[in-house]
Amino acid sequence: MNYNWSFAPIFENWQVLAIGAVGTLRLFVICLVIGMGLGLVVALGRRAEARPLRWLSRAFVEVFRNTPVLVQILWFYYALPILAPVEIGPFTAAILGISLNSAAYSAEIFRGGIQSIEPGQWEAARAIAMTPAQVMRRVILPQAVRRIVPALTNRGVEIFKMSTLASVVAYVELLNQGKLIASIYFNPLEVYTIIAALFFLLLYPIVRLTYALERRLARSDA
Amino acid sequence: MYEWDFGPVLAESGVLLAGFRNTLELTATALAGGLVVGLLLALARLSPRRRLRWPAGVVIEVFRTTPPLVQLFWFYFGLPIVVSVEMTPFLAAALTFTIQSGAFFAEILRAGIVSIERGQWEAASAIGMRPHQTMRRVILPQAVKRMFPSMMERSIELMKTTTLVATVSYADLLFQANELAQKTFRPLEVFTLVALVYFVAITCLSGLGSLLERRFARSGEFAA
Amino acid sequence: MSVLKLVGISKSFGGTRVFENVDLDVEKGDRIAILGASGSGKSTLLRCINLLETPDAGSIEIGGTKVGSAGRSGLRISERDLQALRLRAGMVFQQFNLFPHMTVAGNVAEGLSTVRRMSRPDARTRAIMELARVGLADKADAYPARLSGGQKQRVAIARALAMDPEILLFDEPTSALDPALVGEVLGVIEQLAEEGRTMLLVTHEIGFAYHVANRILFLAEGGIYESGTPDEVLKHPRRPLTQHFLKEHKRFQF
Repeated sequence: MNYNWSFAPIFENWQVLAIGAVGTLRLFVICLVIGMGLGLVVALGRRAEARPLRWLSRAFVEVFRNTPVLVQILWFYYALPILAPVEIGPFTAAILGISLNSAAYSAEIFRGGIQSIEPGQWEAARAIAMTPAQVMRRVILPQAVRRIVPALTNRGVEIFKMSTLASVVAYVELLNQGKLIASIYFNPLEVYTIIAALFFLLLYPIVRLTYALERRLARSDA
Repeated sequence: MYEWDFGPVLAESGVLLAGFRNTLELTATALAGGLVVGLLLALARLSPRRRLRWPAGVVIEVFRTTPPLVQLFWFYFGLPIVVSVEMTPFLAAALTFTIQSGAFFAEILRAGIVSIERGQWEAASAIGMRPHQTMRRVILPQAVKRMFPSMMERSIELMKTTTLVATVSYADLLFQANELAQKTFRPLEVFTLVALVYFVAITCLSGLGSLLERRFARSGEFAA
Repeated sequence: MSVLKLVGISKSFGGTRVFENVDLDVEKGDRIAILGASGSGKSTLLRCINLLETPDAGSIEIGGTKVGSAGRSGLRISERDLQALRLRAGMVFQQFNLFPHMTVAGNVAEGLSTVRRMSRPDARTRAIMELARVGLADKADAYPARLSGGQKQRVAIARALAMDPEILLFDEPTSALDPALVGEVLGVIEQLAEEGRTMLLVTHEIGFAYHVANRILFLAEGGIYESGTPDEVLKHPRRPLTQHFLKEHKRFQF
């Protein structure tokens, strides 16, 4: 039990981790933007007039919510290139898997938010002759988004955590770089402790923020 | 145009079946463990004693805020260095996912317990019940029912998270799929089939969940 | 001059008939109060007029133009026609339905800028003018959550007025209010009546209806059961259900 922790090799190789951090951030930002944006589109698709559009959006949500994201990443990495004549690298596969998965989840969040707005708001806006698109943009979404900010922030944290899965297809992000250091210096305990700590320090303030937002929202609704 | 051929994959379906069994085994173990850990953590978190409350809070927050794959690596590669145990992929995964889902269950349970009206505590103590009796007989049964949908959702998340063990070579469904894909040179069929298996399993599970929910709702048990 | 004409309007919900074959002709300057027991379809009739509910059958004419055409599941109407109709018929709801994320002035200006394509500053000027009319110009920059129920409903009236409707539809505008706040809203409606506005008013305030309306419709048995001047319907009702209804509401003073 008298293990001598030695963090020195990690600090000496901080650039390796820094490169990984950049990779993690890059993946996170792209997946966040696509995930939330597409999520909104899919949520609106589920309310569309056209039945095929509704059905398609629903199928999208079900498929991507009911399969593991790692299976999705590997499917895009190994299987998709066989079907489509495209080069799929680790980065693209990770983006596809994580973004689409997050889009399915955020679509449900948006849908819930939109549904939570009282029918009276629709009626009042329609009664002053606003078009459905105007009602959505000017009246419903601003209110819905306010209500779902905590849930969306939470989703963002999940996306950040999910970015580690890209290491499975050898995309250069934090965990992958950690593996590299651990394999050279045989210090997995220190490496994974540091990486866990990095994620915690980065994400915990955001988690606290969502708690605060939730409380504030609960108060303002009361 | 690619010609789909599931033949070679289905011929080896036993491999996938074995993987699926392992996935279920791991899920069930972590679920059972997670519920116990979650309950203990939730009670500690609500305890009037600071010494209990504080560490429980740390465990919950750390395991909810760090990526599960990092946790798994920590338990699999890191932990054996300080604790002399023979670390198998199954043990590492069971430990990680037990504590991780326990942390999530704890928050769900805590929210459920807190959501029960004060009047219930007061009514129970008015008939002379002690705090732990009130918790066990009055509060928990109501809280658990109220939290059932979130619990179900978390359990499904757990099943999906178990795919991470493939990265430490535990022969779960995804790991077996990867092996089979390399053996048969049919990654498209293999991964599509595996995605389908997960989809069906998870859809059935969540369908079962909403069925139970509706049953409870009809019997009025959910409406507190 | 006919402002609004309903011919043979019918509506049912899931097989339950609300009303059938309702005809109504509203002349310019008419102030029509619609009374009836709860569940008699008063609100539904009003909501059918600006098509928040789609009538199953019948036709609607507003300002001399017919709206939509008969389709398989009731009235079919294009988005353009719908918009045109709603611009001509302003609606005030029982629950106010103010937009909570906009200021009071923002609520009133919203339709002007998004629908009437007015510039934001112009819309705001107009909004403040309408707010002054209901006595709330000083609340222009407050959010609805800060207002009393009576103030909210006056803002909702200003929001409807800002769109220059030819006819105002009031759906139980005082039913959600504390008794102490009813007066200020009725005061505003009365003032609009004196200005000669055309209005349809669903209400439980029988005394107010008597005072402000020039015609009363009493809804029962799935249609207009009795109608006439306030004196005819409210003082000398001819038919039993009307008499019964008024007896139940005896506490009201004329």
